[in-house]
Amino acid sequence: MTSLVWVEHDNKSVKDATLSAVTAAAQLGDVVALVAGQCCGEAARAAARIAGVTRVLLADDAAYGHGLAENIAPLVVGLMGDFDAFIAPATTAGKNIAPRVAALLDVMQVSEILSIEGPKTFTRPIYAGNVIATVESRDARLVATVRTTAFAKAAATGGSAAVDSVTGHGDAGLSSFVGAEIAKSERPELTSAKVVVSGGRALKDAAGFEAIIMPLADKLGAGVGASRAAVDAGYVPNDYQVGQTGKIVAPEVYIAVGISGAIQHLAGMKDSKTIIAINKDEDAPIFQIADIGLVADLFEAVPELTAKL
Amino acid sequence: MSEREAMDYDVVIVGGGPAGLSAAIRLKQGNPDISVCVLEKGSEIGAHILSGAVIDPRSLDELIPDWRERECPLAAVAVRDNQHWFLTRKGKFSVPHWLTPGWMHNKGTYTGSLGNLCRWLASEAEELGVEIFPGFAAAEVLYDEHGAVCGVATGDMGVGRDGKPKPDYQLGMELHARYTLFAEGARGHLTKQIIAHFSLDADCAPQVYGLGLKELWDIAPEKHRPGLVIHTQGWPLKDAYGGGFLYHQADGQVALGFVVGLGYRNPNLSPFGEFQRWKQHPQIRAFLEGGKRVSYGARVINEGGWQSIPKLVFPGGALIGCAAGFVNVPRIKGTHTAMKSAMLAADAVLGALGAGRGGDTLRTYETALGSSWLANELRMVRNVQPLIARFGAVLGTVLAGAEMWMRTLGIGLPYTLGHHSDRTLLRKSQSRPISYTAPDGVISFDRLSSVFVSNTNHEEDQPVHLRLADSEAPIAWNLPLYDEPAQRYCPAGVYEITDREAGTPRFVINAQNCLHCKTCDIKDPAENITWVAPEGGGGPNYPNM
Amino acid sequence: MKILVPVKRVIDYNAKPRIKPDGSAVDLANVKMSINPFDEISVEEAVRLKEKGAASEVVVVSVGPAKSAETLRTALAMGADRAIHIQTDEAVEPLGVAKILKSIADDEQPALVILGKQAIDDDSNQTGQMLAALMGRPQGTFASVVNVDGEHVLVTREIDGGLETLRLALPAIITADLRLNEPRYASLPNIMKAKSKPLATKTPADLGVDVTPRLATLKVAEPPMRSAGIKVADVDALVAKLKDMGVA
Repeated sequence: MTSLVWVEHDNKSVKDATLSAVTAAAQLGDVVALVAGQCCGEAARAAARIAGVTRVLLADDAAYGHGLAENIAPLVVGLMGDFDAFIAPATTAGKNIAPRVAALLDVMQVSEILSIEGPKTFTRPIYAGNVIATVESRDARLVATVRTTAFAKAAATGGSAAVDSVTGHGDAGLSSFVGAEIAKSERPELTSAKVVVSGGRALKDAAGFEAIIMPLADKLGAGVGASRAAVDAGYVPNDYQVGQTGKIVAPEVYIAVGISGAIQHLAGMKDSKTIIAINKDEDAPIFQIADIGLVADLFEAVPELTAKL
Repeated sequence: MSEREAMDYDVVIVGGGPAGLSAAIRLKQGNPDISVCVLEKGSEIGAHILSGAVIDPRSLDELIPDWRERECPLAAVAVRDNQHWFLTRKGKFSVPHWLTPGWMHNKGTYTGSLGNLCRWLASEAEELGVEIFPGFAAAEVLYDEHGAVCGVATGDMGVGRDGKPKPDYQLGMELHARYTLFAEGARGHLTKQIIAHFSLDADCAPQVYGLGLKELWDIAPEKHRPGLVIHTQGWPLKDAYGGGFLYHQADGQVALGFVVGLGYRNPNLSPFGEFQRWKQHPQIRAFLEGGKRVSYGARVINEGGWQSIPKLVFPGGALIGCAAGFVNVPRIKGTHTAMKSAMLAADAVLGALGAGRGGDTLRTYETALGSSWLANELRMVRNVQPLIARFGAVLGTVLAGAEMWMRTLGIGLPYTLGHHSDRTLLRKSQSRPISYTAPDGVISFDRLSSVFVSNTNHEEDQPVHLRLADSEAPIAWNLPLYDEPAQRYCPAGVYEITDREAGTPRFVINAQNCLHCKTCDIKDPAENITWVAPEGGGGPNYPNM
Repeated sequence: MKILVPVKRVIDYNAKPRIKPDGSAVDLANVKMSINPFDEISVEEAVRLKEKGAASEVVVVSVGPAKSAETLRTALAMGADRAIHIQTDEAVEPLGVAKILKSIADDEQPALVILGKQAIDDDSNQTGQMLAALMGRPQGTFASVVNVDGEHVLVTREIDGGLETLRLALPAIITADLRLNEPRYASLPNIMKAKSKPLATKTPADLGVDVTPRLATLKVAEPPMRSAGIKVADVDALVAKLKDMGVA
């Protein structure tokens, strides 16, 4: 079985999300990578170096410069004659493009696969991840998106695939890019940050949050979250709240500082890849689900941590 | 503020529980042409309904005689094995049937979810043309120029925590009616206002309550015995009276729970803690091991009985169901009596509307109730609760048993015992400390994870619906005298005292956790907390409870 | 300009899904169901566009069992004008729903179709994109701002790392994300009025659409419980772990 894998890139290098998609595709068979964009030759060469990629298809055209699904999907469909599967990481780009491809191929997509159980059998999250479904595709060809935190990243070097240019159907003329606001700000957005530092009521007040949580977040380039109790007490504004009634996050690393771990909070971060807890109460429920726990007074431990990083 | 819009009905019913829905159905059965609307603060019918329940079908037989053929879910499990246990710490004494009068044996009763029964009643009501509006809380009683009740107004929606309108602000609506029936359940907040306004409780004993906590479990199939109904007394309660229940219902589920009389004096008592402790009894936990908890909830239940029933009618309306308080305490049944009261009130309304009346007093409701089987039933058991409250679990039960037998045999004495207010607490310094073991997360649980499975949700940015008359009282009075018992009597962990070590204790109200049980409105020793309805649609979303 | 808004009846977002003992499916008996939250946002957006004068009619459509009609009434109470109920007791996959919607769109010729980005039961996040493909029209997914501008619509999308704005030629398909708007409360008078707004019922067969599923659900289960990991003794040990993980 040969899969065509969508490569997320920034024209110069390949994004981590792609490496997870490659791992997933490699479990199904051979992997060919598709790099589409404008002036993205360097990204294609980077893709060629990914371990496990046997070939890279490069579609370099102004029509693909902004990843418009109306232009990309026909490109992919035109190539799919040679492939059994189209695999994309479940990034916003992947989620935008893959279903359009699936409909044009008249297949049903499998979204956000967590594991591969067989050539056509996968597990995926439903009901906001509260239930895991095992599904089997009956279509002749497969279109799937991959949850990146569920698959280890393939090595970015070690491969030496050939890069072949392909052409698509150009601009469909249905859509155009107007502008973008990429948050290059001091702090990444909570729901898309790779690392999140979150504070609870134990921080005592807004000043405590500012003095303890923010410096650690800055050091790690992390997003900042809070428990409902901290938000209710006014330490930080409402949009920092992580939990059942706040934001649901699933970063690579979630550091819970002074948070007891009530189930309402866990509901908002239980899908984080690694949970780290710092709390002076060793019986706090958070330690029952934390991968790494430190029983310590946060007012001493966190500044020390920030300094030593 | 702009004028509220108004809608006119012949009858407006506040509360979509068994009483409210039965009244609605009876009204439309009697006269299909009258307009009837039911307002329900829960997000759907059943969302706020919590009961054991073992239901006497007597009223259902009167209201909809072919209820079994009409696929009423209650028909699924008839009670076939009724047991009453006295628990000791490790063992039990099963009370033999011949010791209690026949009407205590649950013959001919059914066990199931009252919430599901209400959902079925609602579909029956809608088929008859009743308009049901879930997600709308009645927030205000409306009076006409004669001082009669002429309807209710729903609460404004989209008000921020600071009291100011948010972008999605919507003014409440007035619903005008010729008669308004209040079916809010035990300790209804508008009912409380009406009772005070018309002095309906001038001649009756104070109402007293128990707090009922309940969980719904999926249990191991081999342990499931549908129709098995167990009530327990005794262990673990020391400082209060009350007891547990465990009912094997449909779909492999068990409904179990615990009721604690709120007249307890020891401020260190936690009804939630007693419930979790009771589940650890070997005979109880045996059913639960290998199972999984599905839901949790809590609600107060009337225990005052006949002598605490206030005047039921006032110009323009009436009280039906637990809003008035018709629970038969020894049978632990209030659904059939609530429904009967609702049907009697509906009949009175039909007569009044037929005679072209409106906005006046439905005296025929009270007279009809006084000569109904409902009155006979409640008069028979009126001294049971006071005897147990006064003389304790063992002696009180013996005396109550004697009293029940005497009245069953027709030789009851013409006395009626009264009640003390639930509010009285002993000081912490005079009370025995009680320790509760930490939850194991398998059989016993903490309050927050319990609130989680009650599916409780409130719009966060809204005014706090638990109103303190004096914001200093919790710290100034309740904390030093009683160690602020709100921390313990609230089954949802709404009330917390924080920052004690820092020396600046604060009283925190986590209003979003509120289960709408009304315990705080009853038990606060300073009578400081008034529960009002939060924005409609908020609160628990009980599944099959 | 007509706007078509598909809505789905799903488990209420407060309800906790319970798995049947045989692990075959989630048990929906007696579970509270509501309009998909993202679809509620879609309806709100369409009604706002109508109130701004950018649209003349909002038509809502739902594919589902008899009770889906209640979901349509909720949407009508929010301000939609007309409803179409494609009644079926089978669970229809996004591909099937997209084909049904294409058939309806061919008939209704909307200028805009606004869908929720995903349904909170199957979390597929596909239907809008698939419909756009079948209609051969542009898609604006994960929309947080929508502005109609003559024969185009400007859609600001939430993407990884920020926001992006696209200009789509009408007719276009938009999928709504959480921050697009805050849906209004349906008022009592509007709930009453909704009862008499037109609601047409058809079946997938009436439209000639084959909705045979392509995915078979073999089983459903709870996710593995997270368990406690390790405890580190001090900050230095934690720093070492963070460095190992490549976070620091």
